[in-house]
Amino acid sequence: MITLEHYLFLGAIIFTLGVLGIFLNKKNLIIILMSIELILLSVNINFITFSAYINDISGQIFAMLTLTVAAAEAAIGLAILVVFFRNLGSIEVNKINKLKG
Amino acid sequence: MVLYSLTFYLFSSVAILSALMVISAKNPVHSVLFLILSFVNASGLFVLLGAEFLAMILVVVYVGAVAVLFLFVVMMLDINFIKLREGFLQYLPFGALLGIVLVIELGILFLTDRSSNIYNNQTSLQPIVNEVENTKMIGQILYTEYFYLFQICGIILLVAMIGSITLTLRDKGGVKRQNIDSQNTVDASTAIEKKKVKIGEGI
Repeated sequence: MITLEHYLFLGAIIFTLGVLGIFLNKKNLIIILMSIELILLSVNINFITFSAYINDISGQIFAMLTLTVAAAEAAIGLAILVVFFRNLGSIEVNKINKLKG
Repeated sequence: MVLYSLTFYLFSSVAILSALMVISAKNPVHSVLFLILSFVNASGLFVLLGAEFLAMILVVVYVGAVAVLFLFVVMMLDINFIKLREGFLQYLPFGALLGIVLVIELGILFLTDRSSNIYNNQTSLQPIVNEVENTKMIGQILYTEYFYLFQICGIILLVAMIGSITLTLRDKGGVKRQNIDSQNTVDASTAIEKKKVKIGEGI
């Protein structure tokens, strides 16, 4: 029987894989962006699971908001990546130090 | 019930394995394709949870737009990906340890006895079954109760669109463009230039 915990575990594992992806591919900006997408997917899974669990449709509305933000984030992230590659000819994260932050 | 469990395990195991492949694939194109597989399986899980509309939206938005955008960027940029993988194995033991600790902690959190269960005591997750279908329910609440949220979503997308256009737009020098305004304001006094030319010399 599939319970709430099954879905929560699934979300937790996908979230952890996303965090791990950021951690392991420290240099590759594209993989980091994909890992962020994985994290947002796990957030969506949790939203919809709880929406089904407490029998309330609002969770699905917020999942849609997450989807919107994820799409906007991917578009802007990739645009920044393209500009960065055009200027430096590389996408290594440790070379992003123009702002001296 | 057995079929439901089997479907859940099928979708979730494929989703987890493909998420693992996203972060460990050598070729970023394969990573993007595994990301698509992961999203498709997640949308299958959404159907199991009774959120059909979001499942379809997930396929359209993620697989149809975001993943294709990733694919375009990965294929268009000429990037040396082998050099970018340096340090993967170096961070792997510590990263794996971190991941295992995170999953175990979250698992402890989920498995502790929720004595303050305020919602219901159902042990099994079943889709919301009503006489109204899922899409209609979302529409009924999205355009009334969450209308401002909906409009903010639109503004976020607009800002993202303008932002990414202005970021990637570049003005190439040496491009000749029509200046319609100056073309339309031309009259005889500006269009014709009189010059005195000496005989046998030219201009």
